[in-house]
Amino acid sequence: MKRYLASIYGTLLLGMVVSLQLPATGFPNQKIDPVQADYKIGDVVADFQLRSVDGRSVSLRDFDNQKGVIVIFTCNHCPFSKAYEDRIGALNGKFAGQGYPVIAINPSDPKSYEDDNFEKLKEHVSAKGHAYPYLVDDSQTVARAFGANRTPQAYVLQNNGGKFTVRYIGTLDDNPQDPGSVRKHYVDDAVSNLLAGRPVTTTTTRAIGCAIKWKDA
Amino acid sequence: MRGMRRKNLLTICLLLCAINAHSQNEFASANGDLLAIMEKTQRKEKNIVAKLKAPTVLEVKWSVLEKLLNSNTDTTYIVNFWATWCGPCVKELPCFEELNRNYASQKVRIVLVSMDFVDDMEDRVVPMVERMKLKNTVWLLNEPDANSWIERVDANWSGALPATLIINTKQQKRVFYEKSLDYETLNRKLSYFVDE
Repeated sequence: MKRYLASIYGTLLLGMVVSLQLPATGFPNQKIDPVQADYKIGDVVADFQLRSVDGRSVSLRDFDNQKGVIVIFTCNHCPFSKAYEDRIGALNGKFAGQGYPVIAINPSDPKSYEDDNFEKLKEHVSAKGHAYPYLVDDSQTVARAFGANRTPQAYVLQNNGGKFTVRYIGTLDDNPQDPGSVRKHYVDDAVSNLLAGRPVTTTTTRAIGCAIKWKDA
Repeated sequence: MRGMRRKNLLTICLLLCAINAHSQNEFASANGDLLAIMEKTQRKEKNIVAKLKAPTVLEVKWSVLEKLLNSNTDTTYIVNFWATWCGPCVKELPCFEELNRNYASQKVRIVLVSMDFVDDMEDRVVPMVERMKLKNTVWLLNEPDANSWIERVDANWSGALPATLIINTKQQKRVFYEKSLDYETLNRKLSYFVDE
Protein backbone atom coordinates (compact mmCIF):
# COMPACT_ATOMS: atom_id res chain seq x y z
CA MET A 1 0.00 0.00 0.00
CA LYS A 2 2.75 2.39 0.94
CA ARG A 3 4.63 1.70 -2.25
CA TYR A 4 1.44 1.96 -4.23
CA LEU A 5 0.79 5.39 -2.78
CA ALA A 6 4.37 6.35 -3.41
CA SER A 7 4.00 5.38 -7.03
CA ILE A 8 0.87 7.49 -7.33
CA TYR A 9 2.72 10.35 -5.77
CA GLY A 10 5.54 9.80 -8.19
CA THR A 11 3.10 9.68 -11.10
CA LEU A 12 1.51 12.95 -10.10
CA LEU A 13 4.87 14.60 -10.08
CA LEU A 14 6.01 12.85 -13.26
CA GLY A 15 8.51 14.86 -15.19
CA MET A 16 9.29 17.05 -12.22
CA VAL A 17 11.09 15.27 -9.42
CA VAL A 18 10.71 11.57 -10.21
CA SER A 19 14.32 10.82 -9.47
CA LEU A 20 14.02 12.48 -6.07
CA GLN A 21 10.96 10.42 -5.17
CA LEU A 22 12.40 7.02 -6.01
CA PRO A 23 15.04 6.49 -3.31
CA ALA A 24 12.35 6.63 -0.62
CA THR A 25 11.00 3.24 -1.68
CA GLY A 26 14.27 1.48 -0.95
CA PHE A 27 14.32 2.28 2.77
CA PRO A 28 10.75 2.81 3.84
CA ASN A 29 11.67 3.41 7.46
CA GLN A 30 14.78 5.42 6.89
CA LYS A 31 13.46 8.28 4.86
CA ILE A 32 10.14 9.92 5.53
CA ASP A 33 7.86 10.47 2.60
CA PRO A 34 5.27 12.89 3.93
CA VAL A 35 2.53 11.36 1.80
CA GLN A 36 3.02 7.65 2.36
CA ALA A 37 3.88 7.37 6.04
CA ASP A 38 1.03 7.03 8.52
CA TYR A 39 2.09 5.04 11.55
CA LYS A 40 -0.02 2.27 12.94
CA ILE A 41 0.42 0.19 16.09
CA GLY A 42 3.54 -1.96 15.72
CA ASP A 43 5.18 0.25 13.08
CA VAL A 44 8.78 1.32 13.56
CA VAL A 45 9.14 5.09 13.48
CA ALA A 46 11.77 6.69 11.26
CA ASP A 47 14.24 9.05 12.87
CA PHE A 48 13.41 12.73 12.69
CA GLN A 49 15.25 15.88 13.56
CA LEU A 50 13.63 19.14 14.57
CA ARG A 51 14.59 22.42 16.16
CA SER A 52 13.40 22.91 19.70
CA VAL A 53 11.88 26.13 20.95
CA ASP A 54 15.01 26.73 23.04
CA GLY A 55 17.16 26.53 19.93
CA ARG A 56 18.57 22.99 20.15
CA SER A 57 18.46 20.44 17.39
CA VAL A 58 16.67 17.35 18.72
CA SER A 59 16.32 14.01 17.00
CA LEU A 60 14.67 10.73 17.98
CA ARG A 61 18.14 9.16 17.95
CA ASP A 62 19.03 11.32 20.96
CA PHE A 63 16.68 9.09 22.98
CA ASP A 64 18.35 5.80 22.03
CA ASN A 65 19.37 5.28 25.65
CA GLN A 66 15.77 5.52 26.86
CA LYS A 67 13.21 2.72 27.20
CA GLY A 68 10.92 4.71 24.96
CA VAL A 69 9.38 8.13 24.42
CA ILE A 70 5.98 9.75 24.64
CA VAL A 71 5.62 11.87 21.50
CA ILE A 72 2.82 14.41 21.80
CA PHE A 73 1.74 16.65 18.96
CA THR A 74 0.42 19.81 20.54
CA CYS A 75 0.34 23.55 20.03
CA ASN A 76 -0.41 26.79 21.79
CA HIS A 77 -3.59 28.08 20.14
CA CYS A 78 -5.86 25.07 20.66
CA PRO A 79 -8.03 25.02 23.81
CA PHE A 80 -7.52 21.27 24.15
CA SER A 81 -3.75 21.68 24.03
CA LYS A 82 -3.99 24.40 26.64
CA ALA A 83 -6.16 22.18 28.81
CA TYR A 84 -3.61 19.37 28.57
CA GLU A 85 -0.41 21.39 28.96
CA ASP A 86 -0.01 20.72 32.68
CA ARG A 87 -0.90 17.07 32.22
CA ILE A 88 1.80 16.75 29.55
CA GLY A 89 4.27 18.17 32.05
CA ALA A 90 2.99 15.75 34.69
CA LEU A 91 3.46 12.76 32.35
CA ASN A 92 7.04 13.84 31.73
CA GLY A 93 7.54 14.37 35.45
CA LYS A 94 6.28 10.90 36.22
CA PHE A 95 7.88 8.93 33.40
CA ALA A 96 11.08 10.74 32.30
CA GLY A 97 12.90 9.33 35.30
CA GLN A 98 11.61 5.85 34.46
CA GLY A 99 12.90 5.95 30.88
CA TYR A 100 9.88 7.39 29.04
CA PRO A 101 10.40 11.13 28.57
CA VAL A 102 7.95 13.35 26.69
CA ILE A 103 8.82 14.93 23.34
CA ALA A 104 6.28 17.61 22.42
CA ILE A 105 6.01 18.58 18.76
CA ASN A 106 4.17 21.64 17.48
CA PRO A 107 2.90 20.99 13.93
CA SER A 108 0.93 24.23 13.58
CA ASP A 109 1.43 26.47 10.63
CA PRO A 110 2.40 29.79 12.27
CA LYS A 111 0.80 31.58 9.31
CA SER A 112 -2.57 30.17 10.37
CA TYR A 113 -2.16 30.75 14.10
CA GLU A 114 -0.21 33.66 15.48
CA ASP A 115 0.00 31.96 18.88
CA ASP A 116 2.17 29.31 17.27
CA ASN A 117 4.88 31.49 15.79
CA PHE A 118 8.39 30.86 17.04
CA GLU A 119 8.69 33.99 19.16
CA LYS A 120 5.36 33.33 20.88
CA LEU A 121 6.35 29.72 21.59
CA LYS A 122 9.66 30.89 23.02
CA GLU A 123 7.94 33.39 25.29
CA HIS A 124 5.45 30.77 26.39
CA VAL A 125 8.02 28.08 27.12
CA SER A 126 10.27 30.43 29.06
CA ALA A 127 7.27 31.56 31.11
CA LYS A 128 6.04 28.02 31.76
CA GLY A 129 9.46 26.43 32.12
CA HIS A 130 8.85 23.15 30.29
CA ALA A 131 11.04 20.28 31.46
CA TYR A 132 10.54 18.43 28.16
CA PRO A 133 11.69 19.41 24.67
CA TYR A 134 9.14 21.36 22.64
CA LEU A 135 9.97 20.91 18.96
CA VAL A 136 8.83 23.01 16.04
CA ASP A 137 7.53 21.09 13.03
CA ASP A 138 6.60 24.09 10.95
CA SER A 139 7.13 22.17 7.72
CA GLN A 140 4.62 19.64 9.16
CA THR A 141 6.78 16.80 7.79
CA VAL A 142 6.94 14.85 11.05
CA ALA A 143 3.23 15.25 11.79
CA ARG A 144 2.43 13.95 8.31
CA ALA A 145 4.86 11.08 8.72
CA PHE A 146 3.16 10.05 11.94
CA GLY A 147 -0.28 10.51 10.42
CA ALA A 148 -1.17 12.85 13.25
CA ASN A 149 -4.36 14.81 12.71
CA ARG A 150 -5.10 16.50 16.04
CA THR A 151 -3.54 18.53 18.77
CA PRO A 152 -3.01 17.11 21.25
CA GLN A 153 -2.34 13.60 19.95
CA ALA A 154 -0.07 11.15 21.74
CA TYR A 155 2.16 8.38 20.40
CA VAL A 156 3.81 6.05 22.90
CA LEU A 157 6.95 4.60 21.31
CA GLN A 158 8.85 1.68 22.80
CA ASN A 159 12.56 1.53 22.11
CA ASN A 160 13.89 -1.89 21.16
CA GLY A 161 17.59 -1.44 20.50
CA GLY A 162 17.20 1.84 18.67
CA LYS A 163 13.98 0.86 16.92
CA PHE A 164 11.11 2.96 18.20
CA THR A 165 7.90 0.96 17.86
CA VAL A 166 4.41 2.49 18.10
CA ARG A 167 2.48 1.05 21.07
CA TYR A 168 -0.28 3.59 21.60
CA ILE A 169 -1.91 6.30 19.47
CA GLY A 170 -4.62 8.69 20.56
CA THR A 171 -5.91 10.96 23.25
CA LEU A 172 -4.07 11.44 26.55
CA ASP A 173 -7.07 10.55 28.72
CA ASP A 174 -10.85 10.59 28.66
CA ASN A 175 -11.56 14.06 30.01
CA PRO A 176 -9.95 17.13 28.41
CA GLN A 177 -12.11 19.47 30.47
CA ASP A 178 -11.49 18.31 34.01
CA PRO A 179 -8.30 16.50 35.06
CA GLY A 180 -10.04 15.58 38.31
CA SER A 181 -12.74 13.62 36.50
CA VAL A 182 -10.45 11.48 34.36
CA ARG A 183 -11.31 7.78 34.58
CA LYS A 184 -9.19 6.36 31.75
CA HIS A 185 -5.55 7.46 31.74
CA TYR A 186 -4.69 6.03 28.32
CA VAL A 187 -1.09 7.26 27.96
CA ASP A 188 -0.25 6.69 31.61
CA ASP A 189 -1.70 3.16 31.43
CA ALA A 190 0.15 2.37 28.20
CA VAL A 191 3.52 3.48 29.56
CA SER A 192 2.93 1.80 32.93
CA ASN A 193 2.12 -1.47 31.18
CA LEU A 194 5.21 -1.25 28.97
CA LEU A 195 7.40 -0.51 31.99
CA ALA A 196 5.94 -3.56 33.75
CA GLY A 197 6.62 -5.72 30.70
CA ARG A 198 2.93 -6.10 29.93
CA PRO A 199 1.16 -5.45 26.64
CA VAL A 200 -0.75 -2.19 26.25
CA THR A 201 -4.48 -2.80 26.81
CA THR A 202 -6.01 0.11 24.90
CA THR A 203 -3.72 0.76 21.93
CA THR A 204 -5.81 3.23 19.97
CA THR A 205 -8.31 5.97 20.76
CA ARG A 206 -9.54 8.93 18.78
CA ALA A 207 -7.39 11.94 19.49
CA ILE A 208 -9.77 14.65 20.65
CA GLY A 209 -8.72 18.19 19.95
CA CYS A 210 -8.14 20.67 17.17
CA ALA A 211 -7.62 19.46 13.63
CA ILE A 212 -4.11 20.14 12.38
CA LYS A 213 -4.51 22.70 9.64
CA TRP A 214 -2.28 21.56 6.79
CA LYS A 215 -0.31 24.11 4.87
CA ASP A 216 -1.46 23.07 1.40
CA ALA A 217 -5.02 22.24 2.43
CA MET B 1 -44.29 83.90 85.55
CA ARG B 2 -45.77 85.08 82.32
CA GLY B 3 -42.44 84.88 80.64
CA MET B 4 -42.06 81.38 81.94
CA ARG B 5 -45.41 80.29 80.44
CA ARG B 6 -44.52 81.85 77.11
CA LYS B 7 -41.26 79.99 77.18
CA ASN B 8 -43.10 76.74 77.91
CA LEU B 9 -45.50 77.38 75.09
CA LEU B 10 -42.63 77.99 72.76
CA THR B 11 -40.97 74.80 73.92
CA ILE B 12 -44.16 72.82 73.36
CA CYS B 13 -44.57 74.41 70.00
CA LEU B 14 -41.01 73.55 69.07
CA LEU B 15 -41.51 70.05 70.40
CA LEU B 16 -44.67 69.58 68.35
CA CYS B 17 -42.94 70.87 65.29
CA ALA B 18 -40.10 68.48 65.90
CA ILE B 19 -42.48 65.55 66.41
CA ASN B 20 -44.36 66.50 63.29
CA ALA B 21 -41.18 66.75 61.29
CA HIS B 22 -40.02 63.45 62.69
CA SER B 23 -43.25 61.67 61.87
CA GLN B 24 -43.13 63.12 58.37
CA ASN B 25 -39.66 61.72 58.00
CA GLU B 26 -40.86 58.46 59.36
CA PHE B 27 -43.65 58.36 56.82
CA ALA B 28 -41.25 59.26 54.03
CA SER B 29 -38.85 56.53 54.98
CA ALA B 30 -41.67 53.99 55.33
CA ASN B 31 -42.84 55.06 51.91
CA GLY B 32 -39.31 54.60 50.56
CA ASP B 33 -39.07 51.14 52.07
CA LEU B 34 -42.34 50.19 50.49
CA LEU B 35 -41.10 51.29 47.09
CA ALA B 36 -37.89 49.40 47.65
CA ILE B 37 -39.84 46.30 48.61
CA MET B 38 -42.07 46.68 45.57
CA GLU B 39 -39.08 47.10 43.34
CA LYS B 40 -37.41 44.11 44.90
CA THR B 41 -40.51 42.00 44.36
CA GLN B 42 -40.68 43.15 40.78
CA ARG B 43 -37.03 42.30 40.27
CA LYS B 44 -37.64 38.88 41.76
CA GLU B 45 -40.56 38.30 39.42
CA LYS B 46 -38.41 39.40 36.53
CA ASN B 47 -35.76 36.92 37.57
CA ILE B 48 -38.31 34.17 37.76
CA VAL B 49 -39.54 35.07 34.28
CA ALA B 50 -35.95 35.12 33.04
CA LYS B 51 -35.39 31.74 34.59
CA LEU B 52 -38.55 30.34 33.08
CA LYS B 53 -37.53 31.59 29.65
CA ALA B 54 -35.43 29.03 27.77
CA PRO B 55 -31.73 29.70 28.29
CA THR B 56 -29.75 30.97 25.33
CA VAL B 57 -27.71 27.80 25.30
CA LEU B 58 -28.90 24.57 26.89
CA GLU B 59 -26.36 22.24 28.45
CA VAL B 60 -27.24 18.67 27.49
CA LYS B 61 -25.93 15.16 28.03
CA TRP B 62 -25.49 12.53 25.33
CA SER B 63 -28.85 10.91 26.19
CA VAL B 64 -30.66 14.04 25.00
CA LEU B 65 -28.85 14.08 21.69
CA GLU B 66 -29.33 10.34 21.33
CA LYS B 67 -33.07 10.74 21.82
CA LEU B 68 -33.13 13.30 19.03
CA LEU B 69 -31.10 11.07 16.70
CA ASN B 70 -33.46 8.17 17.34
CA SER B 71 -36.73 10.07 17.39
CA ASN B 72 -39.17 8.24 15.19
CA THR B 73 -40.75 11.30 13.64
CA ASP B 74 -40.95 12.65 10.14
CA THR B 75 -39.01 15.72 11.16
CA THR B 76 -35.71 16.24 9.44
CA TYR B 77 -33.06 17.22 11.95
CA ILE B 78 -29.94 19.10 11.00
CA VAL B 79 -27.41 18.66 13.77
CA ASN B 80 -24.37 20.85 13.38
CA PHE B 81 -21.35 20.28 15.62
CA TRP B 82 -19.35 23.43 16.21
CA ALA B 83 -17.26 25.31 18.75
CA THR B 84 -16.49 28.96 19.41
CA TRP B 85 -12.76 28.27 18.93
CA CYS B 86 -13.31 26.67 15.50
CA GLY B 87 -13.03 29.37 12.84
CA PRO B 88 -14.65 27.47 9.95
CA CYS B 89 -17.52 26.46 12.27
CA VAL B 90 -18.35 30.03 13.25
CA LYS B 91 -18.11 31.09 9.62
CA GLU B 92 -20.82 28.66 8.49
CA LEU B 93 -23.27 29.38 11.35
CA PRO B 94 -25.13 32.06 9.32
CA CYS B 95 -25.92 29.39 6.68
CA PHE B 96 -27.86 27.45 9.29
CA GLU B 97 -29.67 30.63 10.31
CA GLU B 98 -30.69 31.19 6.71
CA LEU B 99 -31.89 27.59 6.45
CA ASN B 100 -33.91 28.09 9.61
CA ARG B 101 -35.65 31.11 8.06
CA ASN B 102 -36.28 29.48 4.70
CA TYR B 103 -37.54 26.17 6.06
CA ALA B 104 -39.63 27.65 8.87
CA SER B 105 -42.85 26.20 7.43
CA GLN B 106 -41.38 22.74 6.83
CA LYS B 107 -40.73 19.89 9.21
CA VAL B 108 -37.11 20.85 9.64
CA ARG B 109 -35.41 21.44 12.95
CA ILE B 110 -31.86 22.72 13.32
CA VAL B 111 -29.77 22.13 16.42
CA LEU B 112 -26.34 23.68 16.78
CA VAL B 113 -24.38 21.49 19.17
CA SER B 114 -21.44 23.30 20.73
CA MET B 115 -18.46 21.18 21.72
CA ASP B 116 -17.01 23.97 23.86
CA PHE B 117 -15.91 23.19 27.39
CA VAL B 118 -18.66 23.62 30.00
CA ASP B 119 -16.44 26.17 31.75
CA ASP B 120 -16.62 28.36 28.63
CA MET B 121 -20.44 28.48 28.59
CA GLU B 122 -20.89 31.91 30.18
CA ASP B 123 -17.73 33.61 28.94
CA ARG B 124 -17.58 32.38 25.37
CA VAL B 125 -20.57 30.38 24.13
CA VAL B 126 -23.50 32.47 25.36
CA PRO B 127 -21.88 35.81 24.36
CA MET B 128 -21.15 34.51 20.86
CA VAL B 129 -24.68 33.15 20.40
CA GLU B 130 -26.08 36.50 21.53
CA ARG B 131 -23.68 38.55 19.45
CA MET B 132 -24.50 36.53 16.33
CA LYS B 133 -28.22 36.69 17.23
CA LEU B 134 -28.63 32.99 16.56
CA LYS B 135 -32.27 31.94 16.39
CA ASN B 136 -31.54 28.24 16.04
CA THR B 137 -31.59 25.99 19.06
CA VAL B 138 -28.12 25.88 20.59
CA TRP B 139 -26.97 23.10 22.88
CA LEU B 140 -23.69 22.61 24.65
CA LEU B 141 -22.94 18.91 24.80
CA ASN B 142 -21.42 18.22 28.20
CA GLU B 143 -19.77 14.88 27.45
CA PRO B 144 -16.00 15.32 27.75
CA ASP B 145 -15.20 11.69 26.88
CA ALA B 146 -15.77 12.17 23.16
CA ASN B 147 -14.42 8.71 22.42
CA SER B 148 -17.54 7.31 24.08
CA TRP B 149 -20.07 8.92 21.71
CA ILE B 150 -18.43 10.26 18.51
CA GLU B 151 -18.81 6.92 16.78
CA ARG B 152 -22.49 6.84 17.68
CA VAL B 153 -23.12 10.05 15.76
CA ASP B 154 -21.46 8.59 12.69
CA ALA B 155 -19.14 5.62 12.40
CA ASN B 156 -16.84 7.52 10.05
CA TRP B 157 -16.54 10.69 12.07
CA SER B 158 -12.97 11.37 13.21
CA GLY B 159 -14.27 14.00 15.60
CA ALA B 160 -13.08 16.94 13.50
CA LEU B 161 -15.16 20.12 13.40
CA PRO B 162 -17.25 21.37 11.79
CA ALA B 163 -19.43 18.33 11.24
CA THR B 164 -23.07 18.18 10.20
CA LEU B 165 -25.61 15.40 10.31
CA ILE B 166 -28.88 15.58 8.38
CA ILE B 167 -31.22 12.87 9.56
CA ASN B 168 -34.82 11.77 9.12
CA THR B 169 -35.45 8.56 11.02
CA LYS B 170 -38.91 7.93 9.58
CA GLN B 171 -37.60 8.15 6.02
CA GLN B 172 -34.48 6.27 7.13
CA LYS B 173 -32.29 8.85 5.51
CA ARG B 174 -29.10 10.30 6.85
CA VAL B 175 -26.13 12.14 5.47
CA PHE B 176 -23.04 13.14 7.39
CA TYR B 177 -20.43 15.74 6.53
CA GLU B 178 -17.10 16.17 8.25
CA LYS B 179 -16.30 19.46 6.55
CA SER B 180 -17.42 23.05 6.11
CA LEU B 181 -20.67 23.53 4.21
CA ASP B 182 -22.20 26.42 2.32
CA TYR B 183 -25.87 27.34 2.04
CA GLU B 184 -26.26 25.93 -1.47
CA THR B 185 -24.94 22.49 -0.52
CA LEU B 186 -27.16 22.36 2.56
CA ASN B 187 -30.20 23.59 0.66
CA ARG B 188 -29.71 21.10 -2.17
CA LYS B 189 -29.20 18.20 0.21
CA LEU B 190 -32.13 19.19 2.37
CA SER B 191 -34.47 19.18 -0.64
CA TYR B 192 -34.02 15.39 -0.81
CA PHE B 193 -35.36 15.13 2.70
CA VAL B 194 -38.33 17.47 2.65
CA ASP B 195 -39.73 17.31 -0.87
CA GLU B 196 -41.14 13.81 -0.60
